[in-house]
Amino acid sequence: MSPKPNVPITIMINTLTTYLSYGFVQNALIAGTLSAVLGAIVGYFVVIRNSGFAAHALAHIGFAGAAGAALIGLSPLEGMLLLTVGSGVVMGGAGDKMSRNDTAIGMVLSMSLGLGTLFLSLYSSFAGQAKSILFGEIFGVSQDQIIKMAILSVMSLGALAIFSRRLLFASVQPRLAEGRGLSLSALSMAFMAVLAISVTLASQIVGILLVFTLVIAPAGIALRLCRSFWSGILVSVVLGVIAVWTGILLDCMTGYPATFWITAIFFVIYVLVEGYCRFFTK
Amino acid sequence: MTSALQIADLSISLGGNTILSGVNAEIAAGEFIGIFGPNGAGKTTLVRCIIGTLAPTRGSIKVLGISPAQAARQVGYMPQGHGGFDATALSARALVEAACDGDRWGIPWTSRKSRQEVDRVLEVTDAARYAKRPFSVLSGGERQRVMLAQALLGDPRILVLDEPLASLDPKNQGLLIECVARVKERTNTTVLFVAHDMNPLMNVMDRVMYLAGGGAALGKLDEVITSESLSRLYGTSIEVVRTQNRVFVVSSEGNVTETECAHHDHD
Repeated sequence: MSPKPNVPITIMINTLTTYLSYGFVQNALIAGTLSAVLGAIVGYFVVIRNSGFAAHALAHIGFAGAAGAALIGLSPLEGMLLLTVGSGVVMGGAGDKMSRNDTAIGMVLSMSLGLGTLFLSLYSSFAGQAKSILFGEIFGVSQDQIIKMAILSVMSLGALAIFSRRLLFASVQPRLAEGRGLSLSALSMAFMAVLAISVTLASQIVGILLVFTLVIAPAGIALRLCRSFWSGILVSVVLGVIAVWTGILLDCMTGYPATFWITAIFFVIYVLVEGYCRFFTK
Repeated sequence: MTSALQIADLSISLGGNTILSGVNAEIAAGEFIGIFGPNGAGKTTLVRCIIGTLAPTRGSIKVLGISPAQAARQVGYMPQGHGGFDATALSARALVEAACDGDRWGIPWTSRKSRQEVDRVLEVTDAARYAKRPFSVLSGGERQRVMLAQALLGDPRILVLDEPLASLDPKNQGLLIECVARVKERTNTTVLFVAHDMNPLMNVMDRVMYLAGGGAALGKLDEVITSESLSRLYGTSIEVVRTQNRVFVVSSEGNVTETECAHHDHD
């Protein structure tokens, strides 16, 4: 993680190694990796379950949480977690119909943004933070935040390790899974809680407005290419991590925001993959 | 003969509407039962009751002598309709693997034993050839044989197939029926086959169950599919027309069995 700065091959590598030796860049890489890995895995299920819009809504609900947190003396991360996990569980419990009902989700989504705006106006000193919540502040991640993020990632992945087999079955064959005695709503609630955590972590890196890029993009691309579950998960994780690392390093070298680079990388890969699928496979 | 399915005085209401009322039926192990009836007669509702995802409002239903929920692992089920994978490259095989022991805890790892079981069911339905291709590019007939393979996982003693012939051409209907009949012969599996048109099943059915007007009639084709018996069920004048080996159920408004073929979606 911290290579010696005196390995002179090219100027570029010199610049890179200099940046890599900075604590804030290392923190960004660690935090980015955590949320990329979690987002890639959770996103796989989001795409299979067709609940991309619900994921998007959770991020916006998180905005209200982050903005409201300041009012009651919590950190934005805690506020977001509280509200997204809570509403995720409610959305999951409301059932399949709800988590695929665009109007209902859209109403909740816009109400949350409205509430966020209200909280902002009530607590104006928060306004500076609003931009970083919306668009991400990848180099502002502290050691303390990284520890929290690591704990949350491990908890989420641990939960998935317990119920992902059932979740996959219920996602691809809901009627069959129900017939086998699985509770679709319990699975949905558990999954939405994990998704809420993943969305919250991703928003720390790329911001609320661009959570989609870490939670949906890698998995969506992987599912377009991979025929089996495990190859899909692997490609999704690799894509997510590569994009985040490249984005952060390009930010260091060019000065343009990492969030832009990450979205651009995914967009280019997506267009290439989509083109490949259209023209070279049936 | 042990009984595969016992239904006594079964009534089901959904949202205040009585779908089925006072249905009685006893089906023996190894029977091939065709289940017919017009749209909305309660075929899928009855299926949901048999697989244990819907509790009867009144009466009782026993599968293999126990409650449907307890018998779930011995019932292979093929739901109506499928899809939702159009934007993915997920292979047919991956879908069957997900269903294999999908009710266990843990990560979706497919053990060697499960892989062999998946191979076996794909062979039985002649779907192994194309199982590695993405499900989204398969034809309707190919998809249905993958779904049938999935229903055969774990060698169930009862197969419940909800409108597997819907939107298949006659050739693919024939292939699927042949496959089900072969499984039934080899393993003495009880088959409950829901369909819209009874004609493709004429040669394989042991008995028929006809649902209409909230009731059900079960018996040999010649006993159930008659003008008197169906008129009683429908509560209106029904005529059954038989030509050679084909049957048509006709009401005063037109042909009942052929009206808007099986396109109502439950998902």
